[in-house]
Amino acid sequence: MGYTKYLSPVLSNVEIAPGFFDIRLETPQVEQTGAGQFYQILCDGKPLRRPISVCGFDKEKNILRMVYQVRGEGTAWLSGVKPGQVLDLLGPLGHGFSVKGAQNPVFVGGGIGTPPLLGTAALCGGQADAILGYRTADAAILLEDFEKICRKVYTATDDGSLGHHGLVTDLLSRRLEEGPCDLVCACGPTPMLKAVADMTVGRGIKCQVSLEQRMGCGIGACVCCVCKVGDPKDPDTIRHAQVCRYGPVINAKEVIW
Amino acid sequence: MANMKVSIAGVEFANPVIAASGTFGFGREYSELFALNNLGGISCKGTTLQPRLGNDTPRIAETPSGMINSVGLQNPGIDFVIKHEIPWLKKQGTRVIANIAGNTPEDYAAVAEKLSDTEADMVEMNISCPNVKHGGAAFGTSCDAAAAVTRGVRRVCKKPLMVKLSPNVTNIGDIAAAVEAEGADAISLINTITGMRIDLRTRRPILKNNTGGLSGPAVFPVAVRMVWEVSRRVKTPVVGMGGISKWEDAVEMLLAGATAVQVGAANFSDPYACIKILSGLEKYLDDNGIANVSELTGKVQPW
Repeated sequence: MGYTKYLSPVLSNVEIAPGFFDIRLETPQVEQTGAGQFYQILCDGKPLRRPISVCGFDKEKNILRMVYQVRGEGTAWLSGVKPGQVLDLLGPLGHGFSVKGAQNPVFVGGGIGTPPLLGTAALCGGQADAILGYRTADAAILLEDFEKICRKVYTATDDGSLGHHGLVTDLLSRRLEEGPCDLVCACGPTPMLKAVADMTVGRGIKCQVSLEQRMGCGIGACVCCVCKVGDPKDPDTIRHAQVCRYGPVINAKEVIW
Repeated sequence: MANMKVSIAGVEFANPVIAASGTFGFGREYSELFALNNLGGISCKGTTLQPRLGNDTPRIAETPSGMINSVGLQNPGIDFVIKHEIPWLKKQGTRVIANIAGNTPEDYAAVAEKLSDTEADMVEMNISCPNVKHGGAAFGTSCDAAAAVTRGVRRVCKKPLMVKLSPNVTNIGDIAAAVEAEGADAISLINTITGMRIDLRTRRPILKNNTGGLSGPAVFPVAVRMVWEVSRRVKTPVVGMGGISKWEDAVEMLLAGATAVQVGAANFSDPYACIKILSGLEKYLDDNGIANVSELTGKVQPW
């Protein structure tokens, strides 16, 4: 099943860390939602919808959970939405992570890149490890959620206020040396994704990255939100694929950074 | 129920609401939301002789009441479009307008010639793309260049030919008259207005192309004025576009002189924008006892 546009009542919308909000919506469409997909949310009637990733869902109660960061006018408006208000959603959109058959998956998230990983890690039957990076301890969102569903959770902060003082890639490097890993799923800033891709693809470990791009339509028609994919050695294979439709999760081997 | 049919250059459209080029792809993504035969027509993504990768990202940014984009004519090339997109789209039961672009007048002519033996109902020649380094808007900003490229395409194009004008000119009426004199069967306008936004934190333009084309409600009054000016200068039908987002806008555009309208940016905030505009327009006609939508064209009463 594909995407539809519909109105969803807001159940709660709570600030879980400075500038980070956890919104729960009641939506019949949740039964078709996959981890790592996203919704386009109409914010205050603005010309462009805001793409927000799915963090989790309760398929029995039809509850959709999204965690977003206030970055501009659209998300600032969204942060003021009250329970009982109704949001205009388009979705679910794009392709999410595929963890089928993974024995020892590792999830690597940076900042607001952590929420899309949670719903997928939850599907791994307690076999997943998570490496989560934040700017500072105050911004360490969803730690308890990951701890509940993961075998092990490692943290890193830019300022050393929590966990490793440094980058998630330091921890990933160590984790790959210490134990088996057959899949890495990553979401976060582009330099982090590129570093994770370099580290895994070179070792023959499967890696899926969730990309972010400024979006227009969200369904693949306007080709605004593209990324370069193909084989760099064969120029005929190189093309611009829509992040909204071909992605947002893409096999890291295909991405030309 | 009012008669919604309109005729443009001998092509009959079931209604005057057409999805605008560049916002609607080749219709496939929107066909998952509604049946495309509800639309009067679809103007396809601008297509060139060879496939084009388009510009680097970011390609889009929001603006007050609008957006700027710099896609740069990413498209799979005319051969692919003729083989895979036009036959599929034609089966959906709507009018198919093939939008063409090029780097040189010869490119335009070659693409138009290839389309002559297809099922496309009409060719829309884009001489107004602001986002490519060669060609594009360069052909649409001088009367001589616009005339020359129209002449070359007219010679080989067996389909009705609509020329899409750039608003980034001093006198839009002169350009319209120049392309009409070379045999354009219809004129569509406006393409986007060149714009720019800058990120305060990085002090870099948000678009990787630095500048892009502004569309959305912000440009609507400019579009109405230009459609009005052009429709008074030429005898050919005019298709009006630029920031139409609700049925009232469509009525205004028809009154200004348009025979039909195209809807672009509004599809992003509401993928059903075309459908809603159409039903609003129908209700307006019925409420006001207007039998034919074509009666609205050019009925503005200027002071």
